[in-house]
Amino acid sequence: MTELSNPVPSRPPRSQWLDVWDQFKSHRGALMGGALFLFIILAVYLGPFFWDIEATQINIRHRNQSPSWAHPFGTDQLGRDMLARMMAGGATSVSVGLTAMLLALFLGSFIGVIAGFFKKLDGPLMRLTDLFLALPLLPLLLVMMLLFREPLNAAFGPEQGIFILIVVSIGVTSWMPTARIVRGDVLALKEREFVMAARSIGTTNKGLITRHILPNVLSPIMVSATLGIATAIITESSLSFLGLGFPPDFPTWGRLLFDATDYLQQHPERVFWPGMAISLTVLSVNYLGDGLRDALDPRIRGR
Amino acid sequence: MLTFTIRRLVLAVPTLLFISLVIFLLLELAPGDPMAQVPLTVPAEVKEKMRLALGLGEPMHIRFWKWLVQFFWIEPQVLIDNIFGTGLADGKLRVISWQTRSPVMDIVVQRIPQTLWVVGTAYVVAILIALPIGIYSAYRQYSWFDQMGTFVSMVGFSVPPFFSGVLVIVIFSVQLGWFPSIYDTTHVVDSWDAFVYQLKQMIMPVMVLALQITAQLSRFMRASMLDNLNQDYVRTARAKGLSEYVVVMVHVLRNSMIPVVTVIALGIPSIFGGAIITEQVFKVNGIGQLLIGAIQANDLPMVQTLTFIFAVLIVLFNLIADVLYGILDPRIRYD
Repeated sequence: MTELSNPVPSRPPRSQWLDVWDQFKSHRGALMGGALFLFIILAVYLGPFFWDIEATQINIRHRNQSPSWAHPFGTDQLGRDMLARMMAGGATSVSVGLTAMLLALFLGSFIGVIAGFFKKLDGPLMRLTDLFLALPLLPLLLVMMLLFREPLNAAFGPEQGIFILIVVSIGVTSWMPTARIVRGDVLALKEREFVMAARSIGTTNKGLITRHILPNVLSPIMVSATLGIATAIITESSLSFLGLGFPPDFPTWGRLLFDATDYLQQHPERVFWPGMAISLTVLSVNYLGDGLRDALDPRIRGR
Repeated sequence: MLTFTIRRLVLAVPTLLFISLVIFLLLELAPGDPMAQVPLTVPAEVKEKMRLALGLGEPMHIRFWKWLVQFFWIEPQVLIDNIFGTGLADGKLRVISWQTRSPVMDIVVQRIPQTLWVVGTAYVVAILIALPIGIYSAYRQYSWFDQMGTFVSMVGFSVPPFFSGVLVIVIFSVQLGWFPSIYDTTHVVDSWDAFVYQLKQMIMPVMVLALQITAQLSRFMRASMLDNLNQDYVRTARAKGLSEYVVVMVHVLRNSMIPVVTVIALGIPSIFGGAIITEQVFKVNGIGQLLIGAIQANDLPMVQTLTFIFAVLIVLFNLIADVLYGILDPRIRYD
């Protein structure tokens, strides 16, 4: 009997998430994107604590100012500070993006898992997904904005109502890609040995899905989550830009851009700030998603 | 293949019917009143009569059926009448817009050339730019050209058209004064100068739309080329002594074009949707602008017809993409 030369592994075992992080770190664009996104979120939510000018405070004497130390981003036609408005608008835009993404993600994963797991439901649910994919989304969103704005405003107040309306309509119209990806993965997972083993020891369907299937489809869900934030922010801004989103006294980045186009010739910088903020947020989220996709794919990891 | 096409065509009919029902029901819930703009001095019974004249008095299912008949039966007859000069649709009721009191399809036919002209050009330009970029960045993977291409397409993804559009207006129209910021659709091209003006006013909207489409297409082209470049048949082609140009541009390119062609087909209807914003920015009075105007004016027949036309385009191009995939790739025959 030869003795094992090295009976204990020399290196401590590494958790999966440490590997993922290592791979993620090697993608420079993703790292920068993640840092930028974090910075934007912090600036937008915590910024108002450090910048104590109210976004809604009107100061007619200081209207239409160019950027200065007192107002780093200038002021608008009513003398409201653009920096404060950018932070308030960003808080709304990012909140809409995050909430709508969560809703779409929940719907998408739910329908995807159910369709992939239960064979009987697969056909009808996938036809439903195809139907939703065939709907012209932007026109429908516009129609929904038009139709449900008044009743929801009456029920929840103008700000809450429009927030719920926008989040729900974006969520309901953007779950389809997630559902398709998740369904495909679940279909493949369902035939694997560990699922069969779990089933053979009497695990219920609910246990199978929550303990064995869901953790394994986490990576496509996370990737589509990042991309979902990007599309939700762009959709919300488009709606606001078309004048069918948030009301004018309730700024979002899209609304600020829309208002600024009236003063395009005199104050082009006012278009620039919100546009840049939207583009940078979406760009950072896209890079983040790109890096996550690579980091969560075990075939790429470790190369 | 033929049976597959026929089966898909047959399946498309209930899909479209369902979509039209969904759109109709959504619009039915509209709290907006088409009579809102009528002056308050008009007595209530006259208003009621006006409402009946718009066809609002009847129950929901009858109005839906009427719309279906008008859209699928009478409008095609009008089309035939216009082409062959027959009189099939004489005296029949067409889908009437509440805003202008004229047939919806007539207005759509007036607006379509503007949209097609701008969007179509943008699509062609984007394809012409995206394919070479995709091919070269795959061929020289991780070169500085590839890195640049990745960055530019990421930017193209991320910058929404309402920002890039306004940005090019600020730069090229306000600061430099090269191009007009508003697209003049009444402009008639009858001389060289007029043609130059037409080109000038088209450059900016086309540029904005093309940036977006290029970003997507070049990524697809690159990924598809990369899939093929490492295949065995490429090594065989090189081993046979074929020149590098023939290997890449004939053998690899042809195989990589299969998914890209279907992506191009799938993108066509979404371009109409995306063009809504670009049309709004540059004031092109095309279909997208018509839709926005109709939504704001509560013109339900117009909204319903336009949304449905968009849906038809999506279903149609999905079908075309699937059929193309089968025709181009003999490994994928659906039957």
